[in-house]
Amino acid sequence: MKNPINGLNKVFDNRVRLGVMSVLVVNDEVSFNDLKQMLEVTDGNLATHLVSLEENGYLKVHKGFIGRKTNTTYSVTRTGQKAFSDHISALENMIKGIK
Amino acid sequence: MSFENQPAEQLEDVRHIRNMMERSSRFLSLSGFSGIAAGSCALIGAWVADRIFFRGYYASYNSIGYSDQSFIRLRTQLVLLAIAVFIAALGSAFYFTWNRTRRQGATLWNVTSRRLFWNVAIPLVAGGMFCVGMLWHNQWLFVAPASLFFYGLALINASKYTLTDIRFLGFAEVLVGFISMFAPGYSIYFWAIGFGVLHILYGAIMWYKYER
Repeated sequence: MKNPINGLNKVFDNRVRLGVMSVLVVNDEVSFNDLKQMLEVTDGNLATHLVSLEENGYLKVHKGFIGRKTNTTYSVTRTGQKAFSDHISALENMIKGIK
Repeated sequence: MSFENQPAEQLEDVRHIRNMMERSSRFLSLSGFSGIAAGSCALIGAWVADRIFFRGYYASYNSIGYSDQSFIRLRTQLVLLAIAVFIAALGSAFYFTWNRTRRQGATLWNVTSRRLFWNVAIPLVAGGMFCVGMLWHNQWLFVAPASLFFYGLALINASKYTLTDIRFLGFAEVLVGFISMFAPGYSIYFWAIGFGVLHILYGAIMWYKYER
């Protein structure tokens, strides 16, 4: 029997990581502070999850400056986009299968 | 976790994705009171223009040409009034929305509000330039319809970046602008309907729908 959990991406079993991806697929580039504000998480918590998404090759980090303040922005990679849409398809199939 | 709990978990994930996409792409904190306040400013402005500036001028419409001294005075008064109304309307609209975001614990200036701001500002500035150009050539007959048209288009454009309901306000503004083109001389009343009555109506509906 096929396991319905197959196809679900382990990386996205966390709400913060899932949230980051959801925001990034509909926005070209989002800054750390804007992400923090939208997801309502702490700096440390968000940073950890961003690192893990980056290590998986799902997002690109751009380090820039606004005046003297650092301004780090994030955008989704092609791999990330593919992984996220596969994950959504898997969720969809699971929910359909159960109905 | 037992298998039985899985569907609920997955559905919750889907809801979360949807919610984050929505929240990061649309500014949803526009307050209905902002519409009511802006509409009230417009009605007060229209009343001042009609009762104080226009009455005398319209009475002598047939005997006085557009280049007359009284028209120059009227035009100056109207332009100054329009600027004052615009600032008052924008300020009060800004206040109520700022107040609402503060109560929600959000900030007013974020990705979504910035995007909304620019997408309203661009068609509005274009419309403003068009109206200034018309006034420059003393073509003041279509200033009110033009401002209604451009404002309506700005709102239709804005509906992609905020509550989609604002699209209907945009359509209504365009329609009022179109009708007003066939009633020259009554511009101020259509202007009052478009910027006053419609805003108050829209604000009240938004308040009823989302803020009660």
